[in-house]
Order: sequence, then structure tokens, then C-alpha cells
Amino acid sequence: MVPLSYYLVLSGFLFACGVVAFLIKRNIITIFMSIELMLNGVNLSFVAFAAHWHALAGQVFVFFVMVVAAAEAAVGLAIIIAVYRTRETLNIDQVNLLKL
Amino acid sequence: MNPALNLWLIPILPLAGAAINGFFGKKSSRQTVSVVGLFFPGAAFAWALWVALRFSSLSLPYQEYLAHWIRSGSFAVDFSFYLDQLSLVMLLVVTGVGFLIHIYSVGYMWDDPSYYRFFAYLNLFMFFMLTLVLANNYLLMFIGWEGVGLASYLLIGFWFTKDSAASAGKKAFIVNRIGDFGFLIALFLLIKHFGTLNFAQVFDAVKPMSAETAGVGLLSTIGILLMVGAAGKSAQIPLYVWLPDAMEGPTPVSALIHAATMVTAGVYMVSRSHMIFERAPIALTVVAITGTLTAFFAATIGIAQTDIKKVLAYSTVSQLGYMFMACGVGAFSAGIFHLMTHAFFKGLLFLAAGSVIHSVGGEQDMRKMGGLRVYIPWTFGTMLIATLAIAGIPPFAGFWSKDEILWQAYQTSWVYWVIGLITAFITSFYMFRLLFMTFFGDYHGVQVDEHGRGSHGHGEPHESPMVMLVPLMILALLSVVGGLVGIHNGFEHFLAPVFGTGASIDAATGAAGGYTEYLLMGISVVVALLGAFLAYVLYLSKPYLPQKIADALNGFYTAVVHKYYIDEIYAAIFVKPLIDGSTRILWQGVDKGVIDATVNNSADAARSVSDEVRQMQSGNLRSYAAWIAAGSALVIAYMIWKWTGAR
Repeated sequence: MVPLSYYLVLSGFLFACGVVAFLIKRNIITIFMSIELMLNGVNLSFVAFAAHWHALAGQVFVFFVMVVAAAEAAVGLAIIIAVYRTRETLNIDQVNLLKL
Repeated sequence: MNPALNLWLIPILPLAGAAINGFFGKKSSRQTVSVVGLFFPGAAFAWALWVALRFSSLSLPYQEYLAHWIRSGSFAVDFSFYLDQLSLVMLLVVTGVGFLIHIYSVGYMWDDPSYYRFFAYLNLFMFFMLTLVLANNYLLMFIGWEGVGLASYLLIGFWFTKDSAASAGKKAFIVNRIGDFGFLIALFLLIKHFGTLNFAQVFDAVKPMSAETAGVGLLSTIGILLMVGAAGKSAQIPLYVWLPDAMEGPTPVSALIHAATMVTAGVYMVSRSHMIFERAPIALTVVAITGTLTAFFAATIGIAQTDIKKVLAYSTVSQLGYMFMACGVGAFSAGIFHLMTHAFFKGLLFLAAGSVIHSVGGEQDMRKMGGLRVYIPWTFGTMLIATLAIAGIPPFAGFWSKDEILWQAYQTSWVYWVIGLITAFITSFYMFRLLFMTFFGDYHGVQVDEHGRGSHGHGEPHESPMVMLVPLMILALLSVVGGLVGIHNGFEHFLAPVFGTGASIDAATGAAGGYTEYLLMGISVVVALLGAFLAYVLYLSKPYLPQKIADALNGFYTAVVHKYYIDEIYAAIFVKPLIDGSTRILWQGVDKGVIDATVNNSADAARSVSDEVRQMQSGNLRSYAAWIAAGSALVIAYMIWKWTGAR
């Protein structure tokens, strides 16, 4: 049996990768992917805890997160396509019309 | 049982006239405005005459209930009217003289662009004045009281584009507010101690009380406070200062409001409250002293005035002082008698002065008049009658009433009589001075130059139109015969049921009267003739003398010309501290320092904090993400620390 801490370390690593990628990447699609990475890092800790405590609630949460992530992906990709069509770039630093 | 008199019609008719002219007058022709403006007060006068004709068949006092107004527990105030001999006299004076002045105004104001507005205000004034006179309780009286103040304000400031007129209106209103304050406190005291403001009920409650001879009690307090109100409205010391300034209004206004009717409201109110005053000797003394001093003081100022209307204004203040002197010595009917004759001759004087002003093209300075009797003989004739009346020459109206007051004053104290007599002398002097300066000698006005034009394009003085002269003649007639009702105390007998002096009149006359009364009468006539003679010497036969006398009395004369600097003193004592206090403490201190500062400083604080905080809003998405990450890292770190720390 793999101890719980291993899962958590992996989960934290995934999440941290997501955060770092989010912060340093400029391409919107990559940023989007790093969000998915963070979500999956969280999912991993949810299922790990669910297995550890023998509680189904954690797994149910994971399904919720997946559903939301899917919906978000649909909306997000639509937005990305719309941004690309109007701005002709996916560089996040150039999408700054709201700046003062 | 009394027949229904429908007294409510008398005030409501002028109100209807005011409403019609006020709402529709602007688009109507002058003729329509005149018809409306004259018909309604005329109808009110006719109704008042009809009431007077039915008067002898009434059981008095006649009360008419219209509607209830305030009901609070046992305290009740109604819209009801009260008619007795006193209100009848006032009713006839107000509607009669008022109607005549309305007729006169048609001629006087014809060229004014705001003709309709003038008649709307004048009718509104009539409504409030009649409410005041007919009210059966103090509160309804107070409504009329305030309403005439409003009408007075509107009419003094009638030519509101002129700065002096606008501020004169304000001054009148504000000074009156001071008096009203006293009146209101008196009303509160009445409510507190008697639980009612109804005249009949208050007087019934007061009747069994004994006179307050030792110190100032409840009745004395009420009386003095009522007198404060009366001093404001009737221009007595120390609140008389607004009346001379009120001459900025059109002359018919000065005649109607500031001579004949409104300013006598205080005398009416004091007489109406005679039941209270008779039981408060201290308040009565206050009334008498105020009146006597005002009569004398205002008369001396009148001597040195050169503006024809200002002379009449100070004369009005002085004559009102006589009325209060009469009330103060307990001779209320003499006061009301003088009120009535004064309404005739002072109304006439003002209207005649207006006719003079009209004839010389708006000039009010008497030094620029003179010799006018050949140009405007009718005005001169009526003015002469009015002057004789006010100077107290028999058999004109003023003689009877003024003599009655002096006689009553003599019976109380010879001091009042002496001051009253000196005042009568001064009155006669300044009135004849006015007459001589205006109508005799050479015309000093705008001379017709060699090109045949006056330098103001007005030309020679000309007589006023008939519509102005007829009211003058009627008032002149009344000034001649108006006093005859006072022979054998006829007027007093008429008012006796109101003042409850029925038996005592003849007793007093019989006991002390006869010889002494005729002697005093003779003295006052001689004094009046002396005043006239002095004016003749100074202003006709030796016109260089007044300047010499003025030079000899240099300092004093300057003080009199400047009205004893009363306005300046009031400005220094009351107005300036008020303005300074408002400016420095309330405006600069409280408003700018506290209220504005609170608002401005909180806004400034919000802005400077925002200026710092908005640096985060860089528009750089990744920096937002970094803030979020850093923030959540901080929260998580805190929670871990807390969690481990708790364990």
C-alpha cells in the first residue's frame, strides 16, 4: 500500500507546476492547460484522501470538479477562439484593453 | 336668535380677487385686472356695510362657526368669526379705506408693468387683514397677523429689482418676526394656563382674576409679550425701524398697509386683549411708556426729514404711539377712535403725497418741490384738510381723537399729558413744514429749461387723474367729519359694551370733566396753532432761519437727520455680531471646518488609498495571478501555522 503522503507530495507537485506555469507562460492555451493541471492536482489529493478515509465524498467531489472543468474548458476554448479572431494573437500580454 | 350674516364672505371675496388676478392677471388687460381688483374689495365693503346696517338687530357678540381646525384633547381651535362693536369698526375701516385706496391705485399704478401683481397682492392683504380682524381666537388672528406681514413684505419689495426695496422688505419681515416671537410665547402661555385661545373663553377665565399689583405675574407676562408682538407690527420702540424703510413700496401700499390698517393691528390686538391688560397694571404701564416715548421720539425725527414719505412714516410711528398711550392708560376706546380717524387722515396724507409725487414725476425730496398749490390745487386742498386734521385743529377728525387721548392720559398722569402735548406741538410743526415746503414758495423742482423741456423729460407738475382725486376727496370729507362721532363720547358709548366701561365714562367726565377738559382742549389747540405758526415763520416768512438753527445745533441736528443713528446702532449691536458669528463660527468654523472637512477628508483619504491600491491593477494578467497565488499561499501558511500551533 502506497502511503498517503506520496500521493499528497505528487498532488502538491502537480499543483505547484500548474501555478508556476500559469505565472510564467504567455500563451493563453498554455495557461489554460496549467489551470487544468492545478485542478487535477487537487483531484488527486481528493481521491487519495477518499481512499485513505474510506469516504466516498472525496470521489464525488472529483466528479464535480471534472464536470466543472469540462464546462469551463468548453467556455474557455470558445473565448480563446473569439480572442484570437479579434486580436489575432494569443499572447496574454497583448490582451490588455482594460488596462488604464 | 341671530340671522346668518355670512361673515366669511367678507375675507373670502378679496381672496378670490387675489387668486383671479394672481393666476390670470398676467394675460388679462389692465381694464380686466382693474375690474376684478376693484370688484372684490368693493363687494367686501358692501357686505360690511350691510352687516353694519343689520348691526343694531344683533345680539352681540355675534359668532360664526365655519369649520373646525385643530382638535387635541380638550384644546380646540376653530375657523370662526367674531363680530362685536370693535371688530365692526375695524371691519368698516379696513374695507372702506382699503376700497378707496384700491380705486386710487388704479390711477397710481396704471403705468406699472406688474399692474396685475400689485392688485393680486393688495387683495391678498385685504383677505389676511380681514381674517385678523374677524378672528374669534388668537390663533386665527395670528394667521391674519402673519399673512398681513407677508403681504407687507411682498408689497414693500414690489419693485424688487431695486436693491433698497428688496432689503426694506426683508427688514420689515425680519423685524416683525422678532415681535411675532413675543406674540407666540404669549399664545403658548395662554394655552398652558387657560387651555384655550378662544377670545370669549380666555376672557371668561381672566375675568374673575384680580389685578396683579405686586410684581410681574402670569397676566403681566402675557401682556408684555403681547405688547412685544404689537410693537413689532405697529412699529413701536424698539422695533419701529422697519416702518420708515417700508416707504420703498408704492405709495398706495404705504397708505393702506403702513398707515391706515396693518400697522394698527397691534392697537387692535391690545384693545382686543383689554381684559388681560386691565388686570396687569405693569403691562399697561409698559404699553403706555412705550407709546408715549415712541410718539415723542418719532416726532422729533420727523422734523428733520426731507423725503415727503419719510416725514409721513415717522408721523405714523408717532401717531401709533398715541394710540398705545391711550391703551396704556386704559382708554382703549380712545385708542380705537384715534385709529379710525388716523386711518382717514393718514391714508389721505399718503395718497395726497402720492399724488404730489406723481405730479412731479417721481421726486420725493421736498426741497425740490415748493409752490405746487397752483399746479395741483385739488391735491393741495385735500392735503391741507389732512394736515389740519393731524395737527389737531378743530373741528377736524384728529382733534377729537387726539384730544380724547390727551384728556385720558392727563387723568392717569400729567407726565403722559405733557409729553403728548409736546408731541402734538412737534406734529403740528412738521406737518405744516411739509405743507409749506411742498405747496408754498417757489417751485424748486425740475425747471423747464429754455428748450421747453424738463431735464428729466417730465415737464411741469400736473394734477392727478380723477380716479386718484375722488378717493382723496372722500377721505378728506371723512377727515373733516370723522371725528364728530366722538362728540359727547358717542364713540366711547358705542364701544362701551366691548370694553365694559359703560357707566364709568359719564361718571368720569362728570366728576373731573367740564372745566378742566375744556381747558386742556384749549391748550392743545393753542399748542397746535403755535406749531403751525412756527413752521410758517421758519419755512415761509424767514426761510434762512432753519439753516441757522441747524448750524447752531450742529451735533444734535446731525443726529436727528440721521434718525439718532438707531439703524447704525442696531447694525452694530445686533446685525453685525450675528453676521460675524454666522461667518466666523457657523460658516467658517462649523460648516467649513467640521461638515465640509469631514466629507472632503474622507473623500481625500479614499482617493489616496485608491491611488496606492490601484497600482495592483496593472492590466497584466500574470501579475493578478501572482497576487492570487501569493494571497492563497499566505492564507494557507497562516492556516498551517495556526493548525500546528493549536496542537
